[in-house]
Amino acid sequence: MRTIWIIAKRELATFFDSLIAYIILGLFLGFSGFFTWLYGNDIFLVGQANLRVFFNIASWTLFFFIPAITMKMLAEEQKTGTLELLLTKSVTDRQLIVGKFLGSLLLICIALVATLPYVITIANIGNLDNGGTICGYLGLFLMSIAYTAIGIFASSITTNQIVAFMLALFIGLFFHIIFGVLADNFTGITGQILDSLSLQSHFESISRGVIDSKDVIYFLSVTVLGLFLAETSLSKRHLST
Amino acid sequence: MNIQIENLTKIYGPQTAVNDISFDVKTGEVLGFLGPNGAGKSTTMKMITGYIGMGKGDIKIGGKSVRQAPDEVKQHIGYLPENNPLYLDMPVIDYLEFCAAIQGLDKTLIHKRIKEMIGVCGLNREKHKKIGELSKGYRQRVGLAQAMIHDPEILILDEPTTGLDPNQIIEIRKLIRDLGKEKTVILSTHILPEVEATCDRILIINKGSIVADGTAETLRKQAQGNEILRVRIEDEDPKVILESLHELATVKEVDFVKEDQQVFELQSISDQSSRRSIFELCVQKKWVLTELTPLETKLEDIFRNVTMN
Repeated sequence: MRTIWIIAKRELATFFDSLIAYIILGLFLGFSGFFTWLYGNDIFLVGQANLRVFFNIASWTLFFFIPAITMKMLAEEQKTGTLELLLTKSVTDRQLIVGKFLGSLLLICIALVATLPYVITIANIGNLDNGGTICGYLGLFLMSIAYTAIGIFASSITTNQIVAFMLALFIGLFFHIIFGVLADNFTGITGQILDSLSLQSHFESISRGVIDSKDVIYFLSVTVLGLFLAETSLSKRHLST
Repeated sequence: MNIQIENLTKIYGPQTAVNDISFDVKTGEVLGFLGPNGAGKSTTMKMITGYIGMGKGDIKIGGKSVRQAPDEVKQHIGYLPENNPLYLDMPVIDYLEFCAAIQGLDKTLIHKRIKEMIGVCGLNREKHKKIGELSKGYRQRVGLAQAMIHDPEILILDEPTTGLDPNQIIEIRKLIRDLGKEKTVILSTHILPEVEATCDRILIINKGSIVADGTAETLRKQAQGNEILRVRIEDEDPKVILESLHELATVKEVDFVKEDQQVFELQSISDQSSRRSIFELCVQKKWVLTELTPLETKLEDIFRNVTMN
């Protein structure tokens, strides 16, 4: 556990040392703030004291930003050879992957915490639904862990950060849209399966204020699967061919 | 802590990188691992450190199998990989702290060890700089410092002195020799004098197989076989001298090196020395013997011999 924490801490420190953290935080707050308060289907247009608009925008912003955070995680280590350095110390593949996952997730959590002024502002304007807000944040958090795991996996199979970024977006796109769209076009069992695979529908059901164990299990499964595949991909170096 | 390598084999597709090698390294021994590029040195080192899996065979470190308990074994190894990968965006001191922490070093010990390593590796003036700003030699020192930070019993160094200036090379060699008194060290290098200066034992591998194993002295003896002397005799016609030398009982072959300067190179028959008989010959004929040098086979020659076919 200590090893995982040391790796996560280093990742987070690297983000803040290298401007990446500030750019990501700035853009995330900028985007979600702009669309929540100023433009399009914004809060004043909706005219309700809730954060549905924000959660929707944030889910899209995270969808694009998480791959940007995770793309370098293992790809860069493999490219520069520091992976060899780390894994020949007292670190197992799993500890490394979980550490990297945790490091990325911490940055995302900081970004989410930084949006709390929005909540406070709206709570002052009108009568905010506390339960709904908490569920919305929980939904964003669960979505983040799933996409982070996918991003880590994408980063584990290549040494090129751009490839890792695109691949994470590509895989994410299926979960975010394509499964949902396909589900609408199919009936019966196929439609149900596709619908249950759609991350968006699980996210919506949580951010509507219903915490269903089915949804939580879905997000956790995607996360565990992503991390497991990343570990498998790292362990491929042991093979002979 | 000793290292035992038993019938280690690693195959990459159609290529056999390491082919059934076995050797032991004892505590307090510095083993020089030599071989041409692509001979399987780095692959072997990567298998010892548990970074890549073994094909067949096993590696035992202190009696524990790397195959069965890789994580336990890793704690005892300090490793400097080939090309010395480092986190270039980290300051030296933070990086060493990270390495120490990740190796499970006790918090109270970390700062003491970092101080020691900075002293030993001569990094005091650079400790707050980012690693990316350092020159190659200093990066190499950081690489050595991170390998030794947890005071491991085994050190695996893949080309430790590349990029260092001559003064640093001497310092690092001395350091390795000192460490080698108590620890087990395997180092790979291309620099042959370095092996002689630092290693107790030399292991040469070629195309995945061990082709020579022993101290520099025994290797020399094996490679040399017969005694070779370089002789300079004056005050007589070179051809006459050549003939007289040839008639000596212990001389197998003799020829001019430089005819006009009266220098000859001769080979004795096996297990015999011609030095006394040459001297006696000169005394008898009243020639002047101005040079008599035994020619040692250079390590370079041995290396070429065993790896070129």
